[in-house]
Amino acid sequence: MASSSSYNCPCAACKFLRRKCMPGCIFAPYFPPEEPQKFANVHKIFGASNVTKLLNELLPHQREDAVNSLAYEAEARVRDPVYGCVGAISFLQRQVHRLQKELEAANADLIRYACNEVPTALPAPPGASSIESMAPRQRPVEYNRRMGNEGGYYQAPGMPMPYNLPWNDNPSGDTDGGGGNM
Amino acid sequence: MKESGRKQGALSPCAACKLLRRRCAEDCVFAPYFPPDEPHKFASVHKVFGASNVNKMLQELPEHQRRDAVSSMVYEANARVRDPVYGCVGAISSLQQQIHSLQTQLAAAQAEVVHMRMRQFSSSSNTGGAMDMAVDQANMGESLWSC
Repeated sequence: MASSSSYNCPCAACKFLRRKCMPGCIFAPYFPPEEPQKFANVHKIFGASNVTKLLNELLPHQREDAVNSLAYEAEARVRDPVYGCVGAISFLQRQVHRLQKELEAANADLIRYACNEVPTALPAPPGASSIESMAPRQRPVEYNRRMGNEGGYYQAPGMPMPYNLPWNDNPSGDTDGGGGNM
Repeated sequence: MKESGRKQGALSPCAACKLLRRRCAEDCVFAPYFPPDEPHKFASVHKVFGASNVNKMLQELPEHQRRDAVSSMVYEANARVRDPVYGCVGAISSLQQQIHSLQTQLAAAQAEVVHMRMRQFSSSSNTGGAMDMAVDQANMGESLWSC
C-alpha cells in the first residue's frame, strides 16, 4: 500500500486540492504524489467529497481496492465520456455469448462423432470470429488478481450476469434493467 | 428539439430537481433523462457521481449522446451502490475470467473434434487401401502368367 510522508510531501489529492496534507489524510495512502493523474481523473468524475464518503463507509482493508476500481472507472469515463467502462462490459458479454455458442457447436460435433455421424462443417479456430464493438476503445483490464472474488458474487463461468445492460434488451436506452434493479 | 420528458416540466419537476429541492427550469439538463416517476435513478447517480459532475459531463456531450451517457452512468452508479468496493469493475474482471475459461474449454473441444475427424478419416482410408491392394495383386498375378 502506497503512503506518502505527509509532512514533507502532500499526497496527490491534497496537492490537487491545494490544501495541507494532514496526518491521517484519507487519500494519502492511495493517491501518491507521483501519480497525479489518478486523483485528477477520480476528482473529475466522482468528486473529492463523494470519494471521501465512500472510503469512510468502507473498512480500511477494502479501501485500496475501492480506490483502484474508482480510478479505473474514472479513467474509462474520461476516455469514453458516453459509455465509460460499461462499454467494456457490453463488449465482454458479447464475447462470452459468442464463445458459448462456439463451445456448444463443438460439443454438438463431438456428440455426433460419438454417434458415428460426420458433421458437415469444419470447426472454426478459436478467436477467428469477428468481434463487434458497441463502443470505441474497449481494452482488456489488467487488474489486481483479487478483483472479482469479493463475496463470491461474480464467480462460476456460465453464471448469468447480475446486471442487465440497458442496451441489450431495449435499444431505447431504458435503464430499468440496470445494475441493482433485481 | 426538446425531449418529450419536458412536456410536464411546468407542473412536475424532474427527479433530479425534486431530490435537489430546486425549481425545475424549462431547460433543465436532467429533465429529459430523470423523469419524476423514477427517483431511484437519479438518487444513485447523485450518490456516486454527484449532481454537479453529472451536469458537467452531460453539458460536454452533444444531445444525441446524452441518453446513452445517462444510461451508462446509472448502470455504474447502481453497480457501485451494490458493491462499494469494486463497482462494475468486478463484473469486468469476472467476465474476463469467464472468457479465459471458455477459450480453454473451446480449444480442448475443437482439438478433440479434429482428433475425431482424423480418426474417422484414417479408419475409412485403411478400409479402402486393403481393397486396392487385393485388386493389384490379382492383376499382377495375371500379367506374370501371361508372359
